[in-house]
Amino acid sequence: MPLTPVLSAHWDEADSYTIDGYRRHGGYTALGTALGRQPDDLIQLVKDSGLRGRGGAGFPTGMKWGFVPQGDGKPHYLVVNADESEPGACKDVPLMLANPHSLVEGVVISSYAIRATHAFIYVRGEVPHAIRRVMAAVNEAYSAGFLGKNIQGSGFDLDVTVHSGAGAYICGEETALLDSLEGYRGQPRLKPPFPAVAGLYASPTVVNNVETVATVPYIVNNGAEWYTSYGSEKSPGVKLFAVSGHVERPGIYEAPMGTTMRELLEWSGGIRKGHTLKFWVPGGSSVPLLTEEHLDVPYTYEDIAAAGSMLGTGTPMVFDETTSVTRVVTRWLEFYKHESCGKCTPCREGTYWLVDLLRRLENGVGSEEDIARINDVSAQIAGRSFCALGDAAATPFPGAMKYFADEIALGAQNAASDLYDPVATTVLAGVNA
Amino acid sequence: MAISETTRAQMREVLDRYPRKRSALMPLLHLAQADEGHITAEGRAVVAELVELTEAEVTAVSTFYTMYLKRKSGQVRVGVCINSLCAVLGGDAIWDALVEHCGVGHGQTTDDGAVTLERIECQAACSHAPVMTANWEFLDDMTVETAKQVVDDVRAGRQITSTRGPAVRTFEEAERTIACFDDGLTAEGDHRDDRMLAGLRLAQGNGDAEATARAQADAAAKGR
Repeated sequence: MPLTPVLSAHWDEADSYTIDGYRRHGGYTALGTALGRQPDDLIQLVKDSGLRGRGGAGFPTGMKWGFVPQGDGKPHYLVVNADESEPGACKDVPLMLANPHSLVEGVVISSYAIRATHAFIYVRGEVPHAIRRVMAAVNEAYSAGFLGKNIQGSGFDLDVTVHSGAGAYICGEETALLDSLEGYRGQPRLKPPFPAVAGLYASPTVVNNVETVATVPYIVNNGAEWYTSYGSEKSPGVKLFAVSGHVERPGIYEAPMGTTMRELLEWSGGIRKGHTLKFWVPGGSSVPLLTEEHLDVPYTYEDIAAAGSMLGTGTPMVFDETTSVTRVVTRWLEFYKHESCGKCTPCREGTYWLVDLLRRLENGVGSEEDIARINDVSAQIAGRSFCALGDAAATPFPGAMKYFADEIALGAQNAASDLYDPVATTVLAGVNA
Repeated sequence: MAISETTRAQMREVLDRYPRKRSALMPLLHLAQADEGHITAEGRAVVAELVELTEAEVTAVSTFYTMYLKRKSGQVRVGVCINSLCAVLGGDAIWDALVEHCGVGHGQTTDDGAVTLERIECQAACSHAPVMTANWEFLDDMTVETAKQVVDDVRAGRQITSTRGPAVRTFEEAERTIACFDDGLTAEGDHRDDRMLAGLRLAQGNGDAEATARAQADAAAKGR
């Protein structure tokens, strides 16, 4: 598989984040094309392209747009989910730093398609430099007449508000994000109704991920056929893969869907010298881990699902043989416990119990009953909470048990730090000596 | 400290960004912190009045989000990512070293009021692990030594600079940026490092980048 830099094609230019840098390579030409077409044609184009949500769930974007009722007399909203906080996910923030105008142009086209006249970009609060660059891009777009009243003489009006979060992972869940944007605690809503019908201020709303929206201008410019020439039938297109962990060259690799982890490992220089792969996680801590035997699974929604995991954010975390899987899973559960919004009892109480039990295993004072109880509590959380955070919290342990049951069972007598030297596992220069 | 006239004016400006007042609550709380460093009784009262909520309603929201602080920070909040990937790659070792080096723990501030240490969750910079932040600006690819240097520099009054970002300013100034007010620093900090460009450079080296651009041009020429 070749690499296919599209969103990341010009990140090596110092001013790639400015409107001049973006327009030098055809930026904002898709906007003119799009505004000359009917909104429904654009929805059809995105349907034909097969673009799927890049935030993790992979829902077909064009279909989501199509759910918005038209002619209903209500205001419509586009909300960009730029709350990238999933452990392991690091693609949207780099995109906003290096190419924020693709996002802004995508916002204009997407808003026009769903007939929204106000769009919001909800950026997590902890990334001020990304916030600066998105804000600057929005301001430049206003000055150039790509936002505001009567854009390019089309009669279409659009305002964009950049909104910062304040440190709550749960706000990446689309309905919690909407509550947060309305000025409430970020707690998920029961669905249905779905946001497309009753979203922001109970009006029809599309919530799309940064990478999804930023891809739209490229589809408008190059056509659906170009997009579907990459990837598989069910998972077309290209994707920002962000590789992290025990590899020689972690970083952003933009490649077609269907690329394998083996190829990503090759590009990123392989597992660090002198070490071997233990496990990898395809797309954030909320998806089950995979191992060496899955290196040739194509990175498509359907193939990764068939292998027992999920594509998620498509940002693989790679761990070598020095890593304690018990330690990794325990820390993820501490995260879910901290980030559980507290609305649903199984998630709120269950994550508390899971951390307690997992710490016993990590500290070498666990028991076989603990393992059984962790599995039981995980099963009690899964499917019994409003949103995907509960399901996510129930995912890492059973996923790890599938491949590392023996190691986890050692936690009855052995502390993880005795089994796996915490110094050997770091990449810190000098510490390993 | 109090909420200044300038900030009150900015707060009114924020209200205009939203179709409904209550949506301005989060940026207003960030602005309150830009003046006072944390959420105070006065900050709560000023914000509550502007968005027409009770102080109890404002408190219910401010206490939900970890970035709204209950007490004032040191000059620089130094965060260490301790989520699994960063922890394994060195975040735990860095955290332990900083706790020993500074003599304070999570949420605590050094005697000189310079540094507040904080254990933080995933910052969306995993390719740059182990990751730290200083008043929320990125400190990428950290080691125990560079982490200690950051703390020493702050305590000695030396300016520190973020990777992929600008020179680190005060916590209060960062909060004004986070409330979406232009601070003129957009051009600071180069995003082009080895991690950000890893795939692009490889693609340029083996001709994939050209082939991708050509495929786009061909497709566009064929018409849509």
